[in-house]
Amino acid sequence: MSEKKENMPNEPGLDAEHWLQAYEQMVKIRTFEETANELYTSARMPGITHLYIGEEAIAVGICEALRQDDYITSTHRGHGHCLAKGAALDKMFAELLGKEAGYCRGKGGSMHIADQETGNLGANGIVGGSAGIATGAGMSIKLRGTDQVAVCFFGDGALGQGLLYESMNMAQLWKLPVIYVCENNQYGEYTHNSKAAAGSMVGRASGFGVHAQAIDGQDIRTVHATARLLIDRARKGGGPAFLVCNTYRFHGHHVGDIDRPYRTREEEAEWAKRDPLKLLEDWLAKSQHVEADVFQRIQQDVKTAVDEAVDFALDASFPNESEVDRHVYA
Amino acid sequence: MSTLENGTRRSPAIHAPGEREITFGQAIREAIAEEMARDESIFLIGEDVAAAGSVFKVLVGLLDDFGPDRVIDSPISEAGIAGIGVGAAITGMRPIVDIMFGDFTTLVMDQLINQAAKTHYMSGGKLKVPMVLRTTLGASRRSAAQHSQSLHALFSHIPGLKVAMPATPYDAKGLMKSAIRDDNPVVVFEDKMLYQEKGPVPEAEYTLPLGQADVKRTGEDITIVATSSMVYVALEAADKLDSIGISAELIDPRTTNPLDTETLVQSAQKTSRALVLDEGYRQYGVTGEIASVIADGAFYYLDAPVKRIGAMNVPVPFSPAMEDLTIPSSDYVVETAKALCG
Ligand SMILES: Cc1ncc(C[n+]2csc(CCOP(=O)(O)OP(=O)(O)O)c2C)c(N)n1
Ligand SMILES: [Mg+2]
Repeated sequence: MSEKKENMPNEPGLDAEHWLQAYEQMVKIRTFEETANELYTSARMPGITHLYIGEEAIAVGICEALRQDDYITSTHRGHGHCLAKGAALDKMFAELLGKEAGYCRGKGGSMHIADQETGNLGANGIVGGSAGIATGAGMSIKLRGTDQVAVCFFGDGALGQGLLYESMNMAQLWKLPVIYVCENNQYGEYTHNSKAAAGSMVGRASGFGVHAQAIDGQDIRTVHATARLLIDRARKGGGPAFLVCNTYRFHGHHVGDIDRPYRTREEEAEWAKRDPLKLLEDWLAKSQHVEADVFQRIQQDVKTAVDEAVDFALDASFPNESEVDRHVYA
Repeated sequence: MSTLENGTRRSPAIHAPGEREITFGQAIREAIAEEMARDESIFLIGEDVAAAGSVFKVLVGLLDDFGPDRVIDSPISEAGIAGIGVGAAITGMRPIVDIMFGDFTTLVMDQLINQAAKTHYMSGGKLKVPMVLRTTLGASRRSAAQHSQSLHALFSHIPGLKVAMPATPYDAKGLMKSAIRDDNPVVVFEDKMLYQEKGPVPEAEYTLPLGQADVKRTGEDITIVATSSMVYVALEAADKLDSIGISAELIDPRTTNPLDTETLVQSAQKTSRALVLDEGYRQYGVTGEIASVIADGAFYYLDAPVKRIGAMNVPVPFSPAMEDLTIPSSDYVVETAKALCG
């Protein structure tokens, strides 16, 4: 398979209402992340966090093509994946603040949110660390004989990790229903991927015979249409796929990375023109004749929900001391 | 991180007053820069070590000083760069491999334990692996279970590896220079909470031998052995003990392998009580080895069993409400010491 930017045809059957729902999900992630940033800068959130702003079309485009019982594995930049797969705002914020009401009872924090009710097998603090887990979930799906699918999200930086290649090889050998989604936001921390990944990205997977393609990760319609095809294929026993979604993180590597000396403001401005929310808004306005006040109402509703969730999390209590040595063993 | 109060000197025997003070991070950087200037076979490789000067900003300037051939930004490939370190070391270079967080050393286990640690022995002494792997340890940054571990015990267990864990800027510089000059693989653990810690470091060239403990404070009633940032916890405890009439001697082994058993045993023989403090897990931790060395060597002098304090045996939790409970505190050290002296 060649490394080409494909524009998939827009899936028929998807009407404006469906896309507005996807739009709302993207706005939810955007607003969540902006709020998380505020919590950090106002010193109300312990530790640091990695914002997903700019990459929303990938998580939403893919998770909208998944069923609730499908699996995902996520990364250190994981809030978008968790929310797109159906996580609740209040428990997310509570986890970011280390509260007992959080998804992981305050034990995991921003980088480790897991929620098996929505099929989220966990975010991961180890780059590439979930490649094996997602592939294992694929193995389990095959052995249990269900038609679920597992999606493994990771960044372009994870292309440096050998585990990914061991995993993809086995997934192809055994036709496991795993979609490897590389969120290529151009950088791993402060290093551009041109200095970290030699050769072709998709070629890494096609070398194993894994179906591989690169797409525009800013355009949710492309992401979603591609995801539907690949997920459907995997569900029917067609085996794994590798999807490079080209994208950009609009903020720094983490909330404390303010100056961003490793990239230019011009480059950032170029990518800002391709804001995934804006792209969908424009398309909905032009092709589906959605009025501007519809977007505003969605944004306002989301903001209200996010504010309520933050209040909940701020008011929630910290875990008791007795919590600390619970859950070391099952 | 607590600083030293009451003008307490970290290494009274070594420092003269009026010396310049630099941070722990600057000390590490100076050590590497001086050695790289002295020996062209040294190169540094790791993730974001060059242009960014490392995520902890410890290596800023090295790229400018030594160029991209000797200060190398790698892909996120821990096993790969450790392997490159071993291969380059065997063939005449002196690599410094940077593993950003100690937690990620799990990814280099094979290269370090099966390759680097064994090569000299397996080759009957023909091949050697003069490489340094520098990484971090320590919790309390609200970074949760995969960015907070203190895994030095894993490496201290392995014959063929040396392990250094400096506490002060002075020790950091001296030990790092020795680690770089050593003909064996040396793992240097730096507590990321110490990088901003200041202390006296002479301008003049010096090294510190691997395997020599340092008496950070002399005392009569109890020996406290502490490593890395736990030295500061122990100093704080020693001050508190002082105010209730218990005089504590504080020993920092500085390297866990080789271990300066003589200094440890002599101190325990003198004080007749010993307490060992380390941020690794208590179970099977370096405190076990050190306590056993003291119990063996000072058995007839001891008035109480040797006690150990380590991190709670749990993955490090994210929530501040829980994380602080898992790390040894000076109050707990004081309580334990009082019980031993009671
Ligand atoms: C194995 C491992 N090495 C290094 C790190 C430190 N680290 C955290 S995020 C990151 C960059 C990851 O880049 P990428 O995979 O592209 O994800 P992005 O942050 O761009 O979303 C690095 C090096 C880590 N968490 N795990
Ligand atoms: Mg990236």
